[in-house]
Amino acid sequence: MKKWIFLTLPLVLLAGCSSSSTWGWYVINPMTDTGWINIKFLISGMGDTIAISLIAALISILLGLVVALPGLSNKRGWRWVNRIYVEFIRSIPLLPMLFWVFYGLPIIFREMGLNIPIDPFWGAIITLALSDSAFTAEIYRAGIQSIAKGQTEAAQTIGLNYIQTMRYVILPQAIRRILPPLANQFIYIVKMSAFASVIGMQELTRRANELVVTEYRPLEIYTLLIFEYLVLVLIISAGVRWLERRMGADERS
Amino acid sequence: MAQTAIELVGVNKWYGTFHVLKDIDLSIQTGEKVVICGPSGSGKSTVVRCINRLEEHQKGTIRVDGVELTNDPKSVATIRSEVGMVFQQFNLFPHLSVLENLTLGPIKARGLSRSEAEQKAMHYLERVHIPDQAKKRPGQLSGGQQQRVAIARSLCMEPKVLLFDEPTSALDPEMISEVLDVMVELADEGMTMVVVTHEMGFARKVADNMVFMDAGEIVEQGPPEEFFGSPRSPRCQKFLSQILQH
Repeated sequence: MKKWIFLTLPLVLLAGCSSSSTWGWYVINPMTDTGWINIKFLISGMGDTIAISLIAALISILLGLVVALPGLSNKRGWRWVNRIYVEFIRSIPLLPMLFWVFYGLPIIFREMGLNIPIDPFWGAIITLALSDSAFTAEIYRAGIQSIAKGQTEAAQTIGLNYIQTMRYVILPQAIRRILPPLANQFIYIVKMSAFASVIGMQELTRRANELVVTEYRPLEIYTLLIFEYLVLVLIISAGVRWLERRMGADERS
Repeated sequence: MAQTAIELVGVNKWYGTFHVLKDIDLSIQTGEKVVICGPSGSGKSTVVRCINRLEEHQKGTIRVDGVELTNDPKSVATIRSEVGMVFQQFNLFPHLSVLENLTLGPIKARGLSRSEAEQKAMHYLERVHIPDQAKKRPGQLSGGQQQRVAIARSLCMEPKVLLFDEPTSALDPEMISEVLDVMVELADEGMTMVVVTHEMGFARKVADNMVFMDAGEIVEQGPPEEFFGSPRSPRCQKFLSQILQH
């Protein structure tokens, strides 16, 4: 129930302070026409924020697994591939990577004779997915390593190959341990998607910035922005808890 | 008309600089039951694990049913399809039901249909006397029942040889005999078996050949009457007196 207190806080501030001249809650007062238009403008960035985060998370979840598997090999060369990728990608701050992908990558494509334009939407997705994949790879590696070696051996003795062993024996057991940290990463992606605003993506943060520039009401508008992210993250948390409960019930033995 | 099922010639293995297996020569005929015993750390489990390539040997040759075990994934796959394995810790898949544990290999590795695989699974569950547990998860069964499921899981792959790596060492005493009973039945039906165990009563009953290992070597081997009646080497005498004293 506590979370509803946090959610209603801006409304209370809005009602309590609307008469005072130092506050400018009128810019997002849903009772007035302009306030309502402003709110609709701000909230309409939700779709892009969700789309960018969701697609980036899906790519990162797949890419992370592909990167994690060589890290679990008993061949040193494969483990090196994993280490270099993880250490390199993990060390790049998100903003420089975003600039590199958005402004730099198209030049490489052009040099290679490829005509692949990168718009802000896909630029943000590629950056977020790449950056996050180093972390999801480590999550997979730890989760898979936590499954006893005997499980792999037993799978081998009944004739399963590597992919079948992963698919039917190891991953179904590892996923329960992987899911909570993976959900953490998803929340991280949602928050980092705000960086897409600097390359011109009209998501939540960009819209807030644009409104601040025309209305000169940074406190009120950025407060609403913060609560928009809070709502998104709370919804994700609830979804993950539901998923965990479902899997927990399914796996109980 | 005995045929050689498994043949080890001059097998050596090192863990780093530690010499775990020293010139192991061992020949096992089809239908033969071999019991390997010895103090812990003697390399007996390693021998068994080398036979189905859970461990790699570095020198010497291992042949199963005439096929030499090499780095070629094909030879490993061929040999694993003929050799079943039962582990000390059972290693059942905890997220699958007993029935699914048994049908996974036949369906995915052998390409059987679900109904064929389930029919086969029920057949082998009956042979290990627990058909009524098919729908349960391994975690709901006792240790003895779990190990019998593990034996049935191996049998579902219809192996020519079954390897047992200390199958009763992780069991409570009252559950040991239910597992050994199943193993005796298998032996009576003619299955070729290699068993690493400290259960000397079982060994006397079923073994055709007793192998005693110590410090990575086969110190002594022979038929059980001879082995238990008049062990030749002092190391073997000492080992037997220690484990048979109570």
